[in-house]
Amino acid sequence: MGREEFLFLLTGLKWTVALSAVAFVCGCVAGLMVALLRTSGVAIIERLTAGYIAVFQGTPLLMQLFVVYYGLALIGIQMDAWAAVSVGLTLHASAFLGEIWRGSIEAVPRGQTEAAKALSLGYVSRMKDVVLPQAIRISLPATVGFLVQLIKGTSLASIVGFTELTRAGNIISNQIFQPLTVFGIVGALYFLMCCPLTIYGAHLERKFLTASR
Amino acid sequence: MNYTLDFTPVIDGLPNLLWACLGTFTLAISGMLLAIVIGIGGVILRQSRVKLLRWLVIGFVELIRNTPFLVQIFFIYFALPLAGIRLDPTPTAIIALGINGGAYAIEIIRGGVQSISKGQTEAGLALGLHKAQVFRLIILKPALRTIYPSLTSQFILLTLTTSIASAISAYELTSVSQRIESDSFRSFEVYFTVTVFYLVISWVMMRIFAFFSARYFSYPLR
Repeated sequence: MGREEFLFLLTGLKWTVALSAVAFVCGCVAGLMVALLRTSGVAIIERLTAGYIAVFQGTPLLMQLFVVYYGLALIGIQMDAWAAVSVGLTLHASAFLGEIWRGSIEAVPRGQTEAAKALSLGYVSRMKDVVLPQAIRISLPATVGFLVQLIKGTSLASIVGFTELTRAGNIISNQIFQPLTVFGIVGALYFLMCCPLTIYGAHLERKFLTASR
Repeated sequence: MNYTLDFTPVIDGLPNLLWACLGTFTLAISGMLLAIVIGIGGVILRQSRVKLLRWLVIGFVELIRNTPFLVQIFFIYFALPLAGIRLDPTPTAIIALGINGGAYAIEIIRGGVQSISKGQTEAGLALGLHKAQVFRLIILKPALRTIYPSLTSQFILLTLTTSIASAISAYELTSVSQRIESDSFRSFEVYFTVTVFYLVISWVMMRIFAFFSARYFSYPLR
């Protein structure tokens, strides 16, 4: 494998990073809404968001990407693969992050909410200043863990036809007939992205365990 | 929006899709069994006195957990023939699923085994049980009970992961649906239906796991 091929893989890597970043940032915003709706206290809204989460957790990411990709075209929104995959991954992330953050919002002791109510704080201030800062701290290890999963999930965009790292690897491998070298390098690049995050997540978990002891 | 949904190709392909569901189940369950074997074997190696073995297991787990399954399955698909093993895509997919699930199973089972206090092992040995008996009866079974929820949710993920095996055209639901899609161009209809199928499959899996939990892991001990 020559320099040219490696540079092509790096271009793929760039798109993988971009896709992960867009999906994670947009997924965080949407996920926060899902988590807040899921803990809103209104029975029907909670049911609906629970259903939304269950659908994304009970179906393969690949199918979600397919349905979004063809579904968007069907309702008349013309999008290239890049945008469609970003939307698909964002929805996927919003459901998973919503569920993670629901757990951590509920893990904040009830007394905190009650105290905030007693101080006559409104909903926005109660959430923004009292509950969420504590909930985010609790959720950090799981959130980092999901980010690793999301980065690995972007590889499925290659099946839909978006040229990120895995598809770049496929293309190169078909050109130079050295699949083991190519996929070895592709795997190593993913590993270099994910492993530091995994270690950081484990570190956060340990830190949290000792802090709560 | 001037598109009319047409589910006829899906309805025509329904027998094929239902058989493919069976293929997905086969992949998932064989993958799980392999994952359990790798998981328990890995945990035993992880506790061995040989430092090299312990590090090999840790390296294997981290390598698998930090790379995408799609890359793993491609690698295995191309590596096996080089090693002189010629297999169809479906057995290859089972091996890849087993290896992937096994790495996660090692981590989960290890957590359970570590939660059993050392006194239990010592008491078992003091009662004259053999080392293997102690591991099987006193460590593994209670450990499996503790970790059963996390192990089964990992296995639900494994079931959903089988859809990626379509990339090497193993026989399962996604690859069959892709064939129907490319024959009919009714992409949304096909994938929407198949998504519902997957929802049912993961629900059925959850029921199966709940049944096993009630049968084998509920107190009082049978």
